[in-house]
Amino acid sequence: MSKIMKPIRQTGIIGYGAYIPKYRLPASEISNLWRDGQDENFLPIKQKSVPGPDEDTITMSIEAAQNALKRAGTDPQEIRAVWVGSESHPYAVKPSGTVVSQILGIVPDTVSGDFEFACKAGTEAMQAATAFVGSGMGDYALAIGMDTAQGKPGDALEYTAAAGGAAFIMGPAEEAVAVLEGSYSYVTDTPDFFRRAHQKYPEHGNRFTGDLAYFHHIYNAVTTLMEELNLKPSDFAQAVFHQPNVKFPRKKAKDLNFTDLQIKEGLLVDFIGNTYAGASVLGFTAALDKAEPGDRLLLASFGSGAGSDAFSFIVTDRIKKVRSKAPDTQYYVRREEKIDYARYARWRKKIVMH
Amino acid sequence: MDIPRYWRLRNQRYRLEGTECTECGEKSFPPRCVCAKCKSDSLQPFRFSGKGTIYSFSTIYQALDTFDKDIPYSIALVKLEEGPLITTQLADISPDEIKIKLPVEMVIRKIYEDGEHGPIQYGYKFRPVLNK
Amino acid sequence: MRQTAIIGIGQTPVREHWDYPIRGLAVKALRAAMQDAGTERIEGLFVGNMLSGALAEQEHLGALVADYAGFPGIEAVKIEAACASGAAAVRQAVLAVASGHLEIAAAVGVEKLTEFSGKFSSKALATAADADYEASIGLSFAALNALMMQRYMYEYGYSKEDFSPFPMIAHHNAQFNPNAMFRYPITKAQYLKAKPIADPVNLLDSSPVSDGAAALIIVPLEKISRFAGKGVKISACEITTDSIGLDNRENPIILAAAQKSARAAYKTAGVLPKDISVFEAHDAFSIITALSLEASGFVKDGQAPRLAAEGIYNIDGRLPISTFGGLKGRGHPVGATGVYQLVEATEQVRGCAPDKLQVPDVRTAMTQNIGGSGATVVTSILEKI
Repeated sequence: MSKIMKPIRQTGIIGYGAYIPKYRLPASEISNLWRDGQDENFLPIKQKSVPGPDEDTITMSIEAAQNALKRAGTDPQEIRAVWVGSESHPYAVKPSGTVVSQILGIVPDTVSGDFEFACKAGTEAMQAATAFVGSGMGDYALAIGMDTAQGKPGDALEYTAAAGGAAFIMGPAEEAVAVLEGSYSYVTDTPDFFRRAHQKYPEHGNRFTGDLAYFHHIYNAVTTLMEELNLKPSDFAQAVFHQPNVKFPRKKAKDLNFTDLQIKEGLLVDFIGNTYAGASVLGFTAALDKAEPGDRLLLASFGSGAGSDAFSFIVTDRIKKVRSKAPDTQYYVRREEKIDYARYARWRKKIVMH
Repeated sequence: MDIPRYWRLRNQRYRLEGTECTECGEKSFPPRCVCAKCKSDSLQPFRFSGKGTIYSFSTIYQALDTFDKDIPYSIALVKLEEGPLITTQLADISPDEIKIKLPVEMVIRKIYEDGEHGPIQYGYKFRPVLNK
Repeated sequence: MRQTAIIGIGQTPVREHWDYPIRGLAVKALRAAMQDAGTERIEGLFVGNMLSGALAEQEHLGALVADYAGFPGIEAVKIEAACASGAAAVRQAVLAVASGHLEIAAAVGVEKLTEFSGKFSSKALATAADADYEASIGLSFAALNALMMQRYMYEYGYSKEDFSPFPMIAHHNAQFNPNAMFRYPITKAQYLKAKPIADPVNLLDSSPVSDGAAALIIVPLEKISRFAGKGVKISACEITTDSIGLDNRENPIILAAAQKSARAAYKTAGVLPKDISVFEAHDAFSIITALSLEASGFVKDGQAPRLAAEGIYNIDGRLPISTFGGLKGRGHPVGATGVYQLVEATEQVRGCAPDKLQVPDVRTAMTQNIGGSGATVVTSILEKI
């Protein structure tokens, strides 16, 4: 059996857009409050992005999607599917996708809904959008990976749980800035990290989340993808892995024989934190921002629970025409205003009054 | 503001949809029933670009009860590039950065959250133009 | 149309009247005015009020007040025009008498803002603004006034302290008015240090939340001799409107409705701004005082703070304003304010204002009652008979 997934109609990314809120919480703020600064030499990242008090997954999805639309040049009315992947949808019941569709002018001729698969909800939406366009059900589909992740105060995850993400308009290969060569998904039931219904903060299995979850799933997804497409690491100009911290994606790249240079463009976690469903896709938009026509790019997400989506894209000439039509990913990475823990605690509703 | 009004206003709040007079070309936000200039009732929807400059501003330290949890927040009258003024909250700006004539652009943000149980209302705010 | 006169005035002190219901306040002021007029009957009642429904859960004030005042059966309605409700009710009473429809009418302004044990609902007051495009996105009245003040400062190069004369005049005068809420003076230093509400508007720019009622008895001018009260001629009472949304105005720092209303009043009364010896301004916020003085033609646009600094609006100045403390010092019981202004102007014309507040030899006094951020304006001119 062939494991690779390829749509009947050749499909690709015709527009992409990033969004990261402007506020940053330095890891030292968390360290000083909860550990007296004693772990300052072992911090997982320098700082993380924090959404403004008036931002959420819906508002951030809109800006990323507007950037994607600017690059795609598509009439919003021609988009026939809108899928938002997130673990922080503002509503438990009521889709984020309908608000996004209404605001972008995509309604009413569209399917729309939300995906949840921890940090791979965004790439899950991309798989679905590819299938939708690739099967000919519609010409264009919008897939978004976006989160405003919350870590329990004082928990190891608080250092990294961040906000941001990216949007992709999938469409026919002829219009693409990056054509999909093939994709593959590897999924098992692995309870490495979860959040029960009605709970604000997730639980995680500490070391269990490493080898058995993150490394295992990405390894299998990426090696299968490469085997099936008959590719080797050196065939890729850049590779982007899910990035919960700086250490994991670096180790993963090494295990898979990718060089540090090959993961350089997409490794943003040190400056913005782990944006969950937004993390690998933001890394990927950063790689697209720098890619040359003909480059082959690898995108490999990881979602707890657990699974990994791996994609191989080949960049086209069109990238040069559309790149400057919206702010690039590094613009949002560099746009920053540092805040202290007090402001973060107020904005992120860490202070509970009841 | 309860759900029916929020729902009815969604094209204004989400997409800055006003009216344009087919007789004299006058553009209005909010949408008008009769042209404010030539009194014609032949109006069509007009979507504003969402670009403008600050005409006046304030930072709120004592708010309506419904917005009390958001203080301090900043508001402005923004002169839209098509002409009309619009009343709006500002986003991603600290009080000392706000100046009359500052170029701003529309973004979608949460305007109001009706407690823990009610709906979340989204709509336009304006922020300093991104200089990418 | 007949000419009309004020024959009786009445008021309650402006306070937080926790122990009075809205009907009690209204009746108290009305009975005082009837006593002053020397009448035991009225034929019609016009009640100016904005927030009875929202705060006291009581509408239908016309019938309620008529009944509790002892006149069930007479024509009685509530008139609502936000902060201009009071003078708008007076306008209706004047029209009813001038037209010959009524021989004696009462206008009562009443407001009861202290009907909640919790925080005062600024949300209710904000219903005077555009609900869909101002209040529901987070703008209070202070916020709208801040937008006007900021732009005004920018256009004319004023700083915050240039507005200090307005609340200082109000507080100075209020200390001699036994019915005023704030009977103490304030200093410029206090003004500059006051708590910010909506920058640049601070607490001392803002009139207070208060309760109160005031009443006028209005009769045909030619019939004043039948009454015990001292008559004052109503030479004009003109109401005009503007866009409710500040953003929909041609120029947000010009009160176009005040210009129109003042011009109409001067024309009806046959007087000029220079003939006015006392001006009861609608000083809900300092900026509104300046805009009102300018729109009424007393001073060129952008000049009011400059002249205020010279002292011309002081009680002993060329054009005393807010002589009983204005909205800032006397207090601003929203729908009653316009009637308080006319009660006070009547006292000035009669020559019976309290010691230190009486302006010498007042022949003509003017009041201006402003609703919302300037969407309804009522300008009235009273003259000595």
